[in-house]
Amino acid sequence: MSSANEYKPSLIRGLWALTVRELKKWLKDPVMVLMLVLQPLIWMGLLGKSMNIGALFTSGNLGNISIGNITIPGNYLIPPVNTTVTIPGPLISQMLQQMFSDIGTRVMQNTFGVADYFSYMAVGMVSMIVMTTTMFSGMSIVWDRRLGFLDKVLSTPVPRGAIIFSKVLNATLRAMFQATIILALAYILGLQLSSTFTLLNLLGIYAAIFLLGVGLSSVFIAFSLRSTRMERPMQIISLIMMPLMFASNTFFPISLMPDWMQAIARVNPLSYLTDAVRQLIILPLDAPALITDFAYLSIFAAVLAAFGIVLSWRYLTK
Amino acid sequence: MNEEVIKAEGLTKVFNKSLVAVDHVNFSVKDGEIFGFLGPNGAGKTTTINMLITVLKPAEGKASVLGYDIVKQANEVRKVIGVVPQEYTADEDLTGYENIMLCADLYGIPRETAKKRAIELLELVELTDFKDKRVETYSGGMRRRLELACGLINRPKVLFLDEPTLGLDVQTRAATWDYIKRLKKEYGMTLFMTTHYLEEADALCDRIAIIDHGKIIVTGAPSELKDSLGGDIITISIKENVDVVDIIRSVEHVKEVKNENGAYRIKAEAGEVTAPLIIEALRKKGYTVTKLSLTEPTLNEVYLEYTGRAMRDIEESREAFRAQRITLRRARGG
Repeated sequence: MSSANEYKPSLIRGLWALTVRELKKWLKDPVMVLMLVLQPLIWMGLLGKSMNIGALFTSGNLGNISIGNITIPGNYLIPPVNTTVTIPGPLISQMLQQMFSDIGTRVMQNTFGVADYFSYMAVGMVSMIVMTTTMFSGMSIVWDRRLGFLDKVLSTPVPRGAIIFSKVLNATLRAMFQATIILALAYILGLQLSSTFTLLNLLGIYAAIFLLGVGLSSVFIAFSLRSTRMERPMQIISLIMMPLMFASNTFFPISLMPDWMQAIARVNPLSYLTDAVRQLIILPLDAPALITDFAYLSIFAAVLAAFGIVLSWRYLTK
Repeated sequence: MNEEVIKAEGLTKVFNKSLVAVDHVNFSVKDGEIFGFLGPNGAGKTTTINMLITVLKPAEGKASVLGYDIVKQANEVRKVIGVVPQEYTADEDLTGYENIMLCADLYGIPRETAKKRAIELLELVELTDFKDKRVETYSGGMRRRLELACGLINRPKVLFLDEPTLGLDVQTRAATWDYIKRLKKEYGMTLFMTTHYLEEADALCDRIAIIDHGKIIVTGAPSELKDSLGGDIITISIKENVDVVDIIRSVEHVKEVKNENGAYRIKAEAGEVTAPLIIEALRKKGYTVTKLSLTEPTLNEVYLEYTGRAMRDIEESREAFRAQRITLRRARGG
């Protein structure tokens, strides 16, 4: 005969069941997946390809400058000679073009770390998709509450943690999946892999995405759960998304920003995810920098997850 | 058995520090009965149920379900109760079967047992043919039945039903009542339900409590409450133009007689037995009864008697109101 004791409501099983539910819902709505990928794809295609910063320094830009012959008195030369020397204009032009294009490559290398801007910003789009995906998937708990699903789950003996963790896990898994699509598309569109890239680096990328995803989604879930109006989280997300992206190294290196903006960019977790992913894909791997990135992302994830989960917990057990 | 399955003492819930939704409510539900909370929207029914199913914590007072305290032993309570919420909470993107299995996972019911039960429950609520269809294709009645099945997956000893027929049409509502009765019989549970449909309380409940403004106004069996109004109303007209009030009053069970312009309005217990006696008494004296009508008091009259007004519709809160609208829309859309 059945008795209450035969049931073992467990965190793992509850977490699994609730996460599978979300993933099933998600996969049954491919349009939503597409829409979220579309945005960074458009950015990548339009901005990444149009802002061809590297081309500013190419010789083509000097093509229409005509330089006449230059005549130099022989005593300026090393060693000095007694006649005057005439250097033909086309030769000077050719040498300048050569120099300029060397400088261009060096400027790109020094500023962006890579020779092409597209690779630089395409990686930034990974951070963008992680941010939007985790923020928006926090919204699903608003629907769960509104439709009564949350109350029903709360009336079962499933551990409360499973409810919150399933949301965090789901948001993070989605972010990882979408980031994979973005990276694949970026590669097709011409992302230049660095010489230190191996498939193992992908694990590092997922780890970094996981950390940022957990941090961001924990906070947004707690926030969505506690806000009384469903529009509020949407408004906040659209308000902070752009500033967060521009005040980070997503599009442009931090070192060239004004001081006040640098201050923001240096605490902005997006900067650290972007840098970590760049280190792992397009830059020659700089181990100390990568360790700093991961240390920051870990602290960010731990602090925000603790904060978000405590807030959600208190709401769910009120 | 006459054991008290649910017991509430001074149960109180206050929202936003000032809105008293449930105000020192006392009641007890006996083993095996269907107990109904009847009241208008915003009376505190759903809040009471949410406290009993451990979703909300009471501000004051205490309650127990099967002897487990709803606050201190919340997890024990959750294991032995089943909940059929007011809203359609089944996930629209999942199939009926997947929804039931999700519930089973939340209770931690062993997989094999859960599969067997899910099939059995789907059979019981006649959804077997639709078990692999997504819930978004279900009608309102089917969704309600699926909710019932989900609420029973853990073989609860107490089942809570919050407005089980909200938004359903008359036929579906009657069918849902049948399911509820059948499920109760099959599993021998105690049922606690809320409703604002008087006929629902009348048709299903063994005992009801009328609640308004967070307070229980009266508790009793529907028939008891009706009797408390003073019994049935019999109206009689006779052919002869004579006052026969005294004759009628002498008949057994008659409590009150009024002559209203030749029509006699009689309050009597057990009207269906008393009416023939009255006719008999009048005929013995040589009078002929030309017209007779018998009205049994409805819960509506009980309700009016105790709350002093008809059922009214006020929104519990923005959120509750919207949730209800969504539920209604889903019910219609399906």
